[in-house]
Amino acid sequence: MTLPRPPSRRQLAMLAALGIVAFGLRPAPARAEETSVAVAADFTVPAKRLAAAFEQKTGDTLVLSFAASGQILAQITQGAPYAVFLSADAARPRKLAAMGLAVPGSVFTYAVGRLALWSAQPGFVDAQGQVLQTGHFTHLAIANPQSAPYGAAAVQALKALGVYAAVAPKLVTGENIAQAYQFIASGNAELGFVALSEVLQDKSGSAWVVPQSLYQPIMQDAALLKAGEDDPAARAFLAYLQTPEARAIIRGYGYGTTP
Amino acid sequence: MPAAIPLTLELAGLSTALLLLLGVPLAWGLARGRGWWVEALGAVIALPLVLPPTVLGFYLLILLGPHGPLAPLLALAGLHTLAFSFTGLVIGSVVCSLPFMVQPVRSAFAAIGSAPWEAALTLRAAPWDAFVFVILPLARGGIVTGAILSFAHTLGEFGMVLMLGGDIPGKTEVLSIVIFNDVETLRWPEAGALAAGMAVFSFGVILVTLRAEARMARLRA
Repeated sequence: MTLPRPPSRRQLAMLAALGIVAFGLRPAPARAEETSVAVAADFTVPAKRLAAAFEQKTGDTLVLSFAASGQILAQITQGAPYAVFLSADAARPRKLAAMGLAVPGSVFTYAVGRLALWSAQPGFVDAQGQVLQTGHFTHLAIANPQSAPYGAAAVQALKALGVYAAVAPKLVTGENIAQAYQFIASGNAELGFVALSEVLQDKSGSAWVVPQSLYQPIMQDAALLKAGEDDPAARAFLAYLQTPEARAIIRGYGYGTTP
Repeated sequence: MPAAIPLTLELAGLSTALLLLLGVPLAWGLARGRGWWVEALGAVIALPLVLPPTVLGFYLLILLGPHGPLAPLLALAGLHTLAFSFTGLVIGSVVCSLPFMVQPVRSAFAAIGSAPWEAALTLRAAPWDAFVFVILPLARGGIVTGAILSFAHTLGEFGMVLMLGGDIPGKTEVLSIVIFNDVETLRWPEAGALAAGMAVFSFGVILVTLRAEARMARLRA
């Protein structure tokens, strides 16, 4: 579930070192910084891409840690030294701000998650999601609706479609969206709700992009944490996420962005 | 949550019973066997000690699934997969706890040596009788230890269940998963109460069994 850090860290550090050498003699030196970023598991792949682009631009180094948003929140409340938090929801960054663990006013929406109904079998999920009504399946995988935003959105969509009661006995719950994906990819669950970004990466099987009218938008918010308050690289990365370039990368992975 | 407590006890009890049936003969084979295969088999059985439970869970998810080697058997039984079922968790628990049963029993058999076994056979005991009435009582300490360890380990098993179970209340939502979900959703008082209860219960089970064992040993002496 949690992917290892990119192997290119040393190379990036060397690049950063080169940057220091190149700019070191200037009157206002651009100092290379190392900043730790906690990322919600669903955003793993785009976060790596964004971090690489940011590092190339600035020479700063980002150390990415991936986990479920709920776990990251629990870790931060216990003093984890992350500077930036990219959550899979809006509630947790707000909660951290209220607890005084995030910098007030630093919270913004970096991506809007989109839900897809997916099966590893080609042709299993039709273009209108009718398969949920006809119900020829034994297991429907979702992320934990208590702790994972995509799980909560899946339950909302099932209720909006009026099939929740019918499929409830068939629900199997992954700890996060990546595990729900695993249940489906391994064939143990015939279908399930995952992030559209995951479906776009794989491109196999069959999928239905759930209309956004069926669930509350999955606002994924970022926050500058107290540990990163005086960290220019952390602020620079958050600013970078709001540039047109970064927003185009994010949309390329199947997320929406706020206007 | 209330359903998780009897469910967890049932899983641990059933797994321990199956492990006794499976682990004791395996340990006997390992203790008595000679040849390269003994250590190879011992190493395979010990693997769950060192592999992360999530890895075991992931392999089991593939193995017990509709594309695994058991799929034809499952289809005969009219099942799509053994994942997300109590049966699947029992199989997973047996695999994960196998070294906790086999190692102590194997050590006990080895400590007995071959003399009692050979003496029993010389006195014309049938091999089955010699095993049941001579060897098993002598190895009782190791067997009890193995059973306690297996029971306690299954009680707290988390990674495998997380990967294989699908968190279905009453079927696969065991105590460790309930505690994890409570922590994830910041219900820390509930998580703390359950975790403390589990620790106290495990301590109690181990203490009572160890005391009973010590009393038996004194009576025998």
